[in-house]
This record gives sequence, structure tokens and C-alpha cells, in this order.
Amino acid sequence: MKCDFADSLLQGYFDGELSGRRAAEFERHLRNCVHCATELVDLDLLRDRLQLGQLYEPATASLRRKINAPLHGIAIAPTTAASQPRLWHWLAAATALLFVAIVLGRVGPRLSNDDYQAELAGEIVDAHVRSLQPGPMAGIASDDERFVKGWLDGRAGFAVPVRDFANGGFALKGGRIDVIEGRAVAVLVYERNRRPISVFIWRTREPDTSARTGSRQGFQWVDWRKRKMEFCAVSDADPVDLEQLHQLIDSSA
Amino acid sequence: MSELGLEDRERFEQLVLPHVDAAFNLARWLLRGRTDAEDVAQEALLRACRFFRGFHGGDARAWLLQIVRNTCYTWLEKNRPLELSMEFDEELHLQTCATPETLAIAGDDRKRLTVALETLPPRFREVLVLRELEGCSYKEIAAITSIPIGTVMSSLSRARRQLYTALANSSQGACP
Repeated sequence: MKCDFADSLLQGYFDGELSGRRAAEFERHLRNCVHCATELVDLDLLRDRLQLGQLYEPATASLRRKINAPLHGIAIAPTTAASQPRLWHWLAAATALLFVAIVLGRVGPRLSNDDYQAELAGEIVDAHVRSLQPGPMAGIASDDERFVKGWLDGRAGFAVPVRDFANGGFALKGGRIDVIEGRAVAVLVYERNRRPISVFIWRTREPDTSARTGSRQGFQWVDWRKRKMEFCAVSDADPVDLEQLHQLIDSSA
Repeated sequence: MSELGLEDRERFEQLVLPHVDAAFNLARWLLRGRTDAEDVAQEALLRACRFFRGFHGGDARAWLLQIVRNTCYTWLEKNRPLELSMEFDEELHLQTCATPETLAIAGDDRKRLTVALETLPPRFREVLVLRELEGCSYKEIAAITSIPIGTVMSSLSRARRQLYTALANSSQGACP
């Protein structure tokens, strides 16, 4: 026998999630409905059995060990601009994050749907915003292409195309390593009219694409793939500027 | 690179780290294994650490579990895409109920419950785990899974029915 109350109220009543009025309504119904009464007993038995089965699995000791290291490592520097970054902390964090990236074997983003792309763009914009926070930059500040490239290549694990476009109005300011979707990515920092632009670069197996653009929280982003690398430039600069930088990078890659 | 200040770090340790067990438990049940759960829970905690500045109080457990859940689904999409489209198949379950393996474990109710729970599609498994093992309210489950409260209730209803069926089949020990 099927009871209309069963689906709409029974679960809520069993879980103690009904308001007083609704619970009273259900209890009145319960006096005359064998179906719901039986179902309620079954639900109770099932819950008891799940409790007795002790299915809850607390974190393993090795997970606790692992998270303590990188979590402390991530908290690398106080946010006051006056303090110095602690190099060993940064290295510990970078190593841990690279380890995670390697363990998970992440090779390329799948921009197969809008949700995923929105999430990815969100992470990249967040990463750009974090880089704007006051405090020492966990990276290298230099306008020397070769120096920045040398620093990034070893940490990113691939040959990062580093070019200074100061002549084109985009001065190279440095580079850093960030983590997007659990994978270490190289970030080039440019400056245009005193506004910073982050260009995130990582390896991908996906085919080349033309530029896709979007905006989020007041920041613009443009994303494209070329020669097994994905680029995503983010800034609050004029979208025209981003497009210009995209052209410069694209033609030099 | 994300940098938590001393104050943020202390807050993170106070608010988020107490829920490491909850994070691992959810990942273990969504991924159906400890080894994968360890990796994914670790990644989720790193993400939580990086996003911590965006956490402005409220339910830290729900906030962390939301990140764990998203990280698990991303991992499943990449590594086991078929599992996400899995539907509970009563027929299939009946056909396989009498294998030597299921008969061998029939004596141990914990194992039987584990197998039964793992046959449920992830979206039903997660509401059961959150409700029955983690003790979350409907509101918390809705926040963690980003589904409306009404859907939480109907998902729980279907999940319990499916679990009940799976258990009934496995306890028979042989196909009818």
C-alpha cells in the first residue's frame, strides 16, 4: 500500500526535521496508517544497524601526518608587508603541493562544460586576487626573462615561455608558482598602466583553442591553448589590454 | 601563492582542522576506498587552506565538507566518469547476490553494510553518509551538496529504500 504522506513527511518526521505543526499533523495521520507506522519501524531498524555497524571512518594516521606538514607549510608568511618571507616554509609548501599534483596525476583541465570552466576561472581569479594581497610575494621579482624563466622552469616542471613585452607596454615584473585545481602552475606577472596582470600557464593535452573571455568579481580573464599549453590572463585592466597581451604572447609562443 | 597570516593560521587550525575526520569519512565513502580518500582529502584540505580567507564564519564543518565533496566529484569525473552516471540496479544486485564473495561476507554485518552502501549511486550514498554517519541536519546537507532541502528529503527517502533493498538481497545469501 502506498501512502501519500510517506514521501513528503515521513522522512522529515523520522529525522526530526518537521516543524511542530507539521509533526503534529503527521502524528495524527500515523494513528491510522499502518504503512507509515511500519515504514517508521523499518527506518529505525536501519538506523540502528548503521550505528551498530560502526561505519564511520576517522582520518588515518598517515593523512594526519601529511596534512600537518603542508598546512603549516602553506601558512608561509605573515601578511604585513614589512616582514620577510621564510624561504624554507615556502619551499615546504611548494614541495607538498607539487607532490599532491603529481600524486593525483593531473595532466590537463577538462573544460567540458560551463560549470567546470566557471570553477576554473573562479580559482584563477581568486589566485590573482590573493597575489594582490599585501605581503611578500612568494615568487621572484625580476624583469630579466632568463632569470625568471630559470626560476620558474625548475619549479613548474616544464619549459615556461617567458617574454618581456616592455616595448609593447607590458613590463615583465616577475613570476611565481601557484596551484590551480590541485596542480602547480607557472604565473607570469606583467604591469600595464600600473595595473598588475597575472598570466597562468600550465601544460595540457587538449587541442589548441582561440581565446575565450569572461569576467568575475570585477576581473577580466582571457583563456587560450596553444602548443600543449594553456594560458589564462587575469586582470582588472581594460579587456582591450588583455586581448593585446594575448596577441603578444600568442605571436611569440 | 596563498599565504595565511599567523592569526588566520590559528583560526584555520581551530575551526577547520577538528573536522579532518569528517573530511576523510566523506571522501572514503564517496570514493569507496581509503587510499584515494587520503589523497583527495589532503587536496581538499589544501584547497580549504587556500580559500580560507573567503570563509567568514558560520559552519566550518559544512564549509569544509562542501570543498571535500567538490574535490571528490572532480576526482571521480577524471578517474571514474562512469560511476557518476551509475544508477541503482536492483536486477543486477539480485543477480550478483549469491556469488561466493557475497556469501563469504554474509556473516559480517559491517562488511555487508559497507558493500550495500557502496552499491548506491554517489548522490544517494552521500546524503546517507552525511545524515546517518555524520549526523548533519537537512540544512547542512543542503549547504554541503548544493541541493534544495526538499530534494535532500526525497534523496534520503530513495537512498534509504535502495539501501534497504540492497541489504535485504545480500542477507538472503542466495538468489530467490
